Amino acid sequence: MTATLPRPDARTPAPPARPRVLRAAGGRVSFVLRPRVAAVYGALLAATVALFAVSLMVGDYEIPLPRVLLALIGQGERLDLFFVQGVRLPRAWTAVLVGVGLGVAGAVFQSLSRNPLGSPDIIGFTGGAATGAVATILVLGGSMLQVSLGAVAGGVFTAVLVYLLAFKKGVQGYRLILVGIGVNAMLLSVRDYLITRADLTDAMTAQIWMIGSLNGRGWGEVIAVAIGVGVLVPFLLALGPRLRLMEMGDQTAYALGVPVQGTQAAALLAASALTGVAIAVSGPIGFVALAAPQLARRLARTSGTALFGAGLMGALLLIAADLAAQRLVAPAQLPVGAVTAVIGGGYLVWLLYREWRTGRA
Amino acid sequence: MPAISARPRGATGATAVSLERPAAATGVLDGTEDTAVAADLLRERTRARARTHAVRAAGLAAALGVLLLCVMLSIAVGAKPIPLATVWDALWSNDGSYDHSVVYELRLPRTVLGIFVGAALGLAGALMQGLTRNPLAEPGILGINSGASAAVVVSLFAFGVTSASGHMWFAFAGAGITAVLVYALGSRGRTGATPVRLALAGTAVAAVLQGIIYAIFALDDFVFDRVRFWLVGSLVGRGLETFVQVWPFLTVGIVLALCLGPALNTIALGEDLAAALGARINRTRLLAAVAIVLLCGGATASAGPIWFVGLTVPHVARALVGPDHRWLLPYSAVLAAILLTGADTVGRIVLPNGELEVGIITALVGAPVFIALVRRRKMAAL
Repeated sequence: MTATLPRPDARTPAPPARPRVLRAAGGRVSFVLRPRVAAVYGALLAATVALFAVSLMVGDYEIPLPRVLLALIGQGERLDLFFVQGVRLPRAWTAVLVGVGLGVAGAVFQSLSRNPLGSPDIIGFTGGAATGAVATILVLGGSMLQVSLGAVAGGVFTAVLVYLLAFKKGVQGYRLILVGIGVNAMLLSVRDYLITRADLTDAMTAQIWMIGSLNGRGWGEVIAVAIGVGVLVPFLLALGPRLRLMEMGDQTAYALGVPVQGTQAAALLAASALTGVAIAVSGPIGFVALAAPQLARRLARTSGTALFGAGLMGALLLIAADLAAQRLVAPAQLPVGAVTAVIGGGYLVWLLYREWRTGRA
Repeated sequence: MPAISARPRGATGATAVSLERPAAATGVLDGTEDTAVAADLLRERTRARARTHAVRAAGLAAALGVLLLCVMLSIAVGAKPIPLATVWDALWSNDGSYDHSVVYELRLPRTVLGIFVGAALGLAGALMQGLTRNPLAEPGILGINSGASAAVVVSLFAFGVTSASGHMWFAFAGAGITAVLVYALGSRGRTGATPVRLALAGTAVAAVLQGIIYAIFALDDFVFDRVRFWLVGSLVGRGLETFVQVWPFLTVGIVLALCLGPALNTIALGEDLAAALGARINRTRLLAAVAIVLLCGGATASAGPIWFVGLTVPHVARALVGPDHRWLLPYSAVLAAILLTGADTVGRIVLPNGELEVGIITALVGAPVFIALVRRRKMAAL
């Protein structure tokens, strides 16, 4: 096992700290503890908690930390209570939970397609969800719940369509991506068409839904996304070891005793549902699902997909982006999706730049 | 001589004319007969080439005829239908009647703008495909339209530019910067600019630009309200005023593009071989880049970002006349102009009330073609 061998790596002068294996239940449940991974995940968690606290404090009405803590346990001034408990806390929780959901779902999609670009953004899920939401708002004049359902329906339909169009004796990674680009362009023109037919107020609402925003999210949304994340993320984490084996190739995984077809179907369904829940609450926030798994992997230097790290990174990315969206041009509010698009697109540019320089495609 | 066929049938037909020896001749070659056969071959080939050119010129004339028909229809069809005979009369003399003033003040400028924009997009696509030897190169896919759009939105938001001429300069700047960035990003690495890399680089850059556009929309509803109609890609309400602004740029771009045919033919051999043959690759690249920026910037500034015309039309032209850029470029220009004026005319009658913008029609027609190309072709270089 590589886990027990000190690596003869010239770049690391000190031998890397040895991973420890924790065992429980007579060896049936075991867990490899890698110091670097643990340190990185600890830092991600700490940064998320810190930004969570900051997002409760800052705003047009600033509240210092002691009063925030008081308000959290139900003490303090009425205004503090209103802002912390009624406005900022649900918004911050929504950001964290949606971030976890998008990060984990993105990691699963990337693992299944064995391609860092196989994220919901590229395969049309996000664009389809935006089109579904806009159509529900502008054509049917739907309520918040109906808009959410419209977004999920649009996303699933588009993802299936892209997958089928790219299917030709199996789905090859780059064909999937190119078909996704084509379908996205078509959907974009449908959205533009709907937007030009609406009056300005409706068009503005739809425009915000097209990008994804966390403005004015309350406890109802938090509960909805908490249920989805609470059920689906543990399920996917449990599938994690099998997914990592499948990255070595379907044949190898099959030989090692992984039920490949069943795992693929279960993971695909669960990850789609998770993306759907996240999008239904926040609108199609782009690029978190693309960037979070890759960033987590690079920081922690894990070899395969790290679902847990992707979830943590997603939470950190989204709460940071939301904070930026709120405060960057305050008092005006940016939609968080615009911030993640700039960050995520920039990250994609950097990814391409790096990987191509080293000669990998 | 069965192997030498004068009829051009796409790429394989053209290579058969220029390279293959007749099957009958190869068996009997020895000494003196060799020169005689070679002379025969040469004569036959010259005759075949002349015939090919005549056929292609006739085809181009026919395409121009179709374009003229499209122009007549585009002038005739609309909220107020005008009989074709009246359109014909109006084109030669303006008698000041209501119909004639509709023709002169509304329909004719819009139609002429459509011809220019269409030709510009078709040529830009053909140039980009030839220059990068990439079947998926297109102003939309490579993010150049997004660059021009983002620049126009920023100019409106940050500098309050509302004039068409002001937007145009920003559109040129945006198109130019994005083109250089995407090409630099896509052509890094040992294997150079492969189709997939360029498309991905275009998507990544477009995502950043789209984020900026969305952020500006969220901050300023005035900009959003002004730009949302322009972002669809449309000729509605673009008349004489817009045309007067852009025609010099588009004309220079079109002429420059049409002159680059022979140079692009050399580049099609591969850059190493072209350099060995003495072609000035960098000069060709630079001129083509200037033409692309003029064409894309001018087209986007006047009609908004229009997707897929630049992608599909050169493929149709290549299927008709083969890979010779001296013919490919003019065919692309004329066919794209037909597509754009035709789509614009269809858009006026396809809905029970109101118009369907030309950008939507071209996207709905072009995206399936793009997907079909992706499915069919091996993603090798052109």
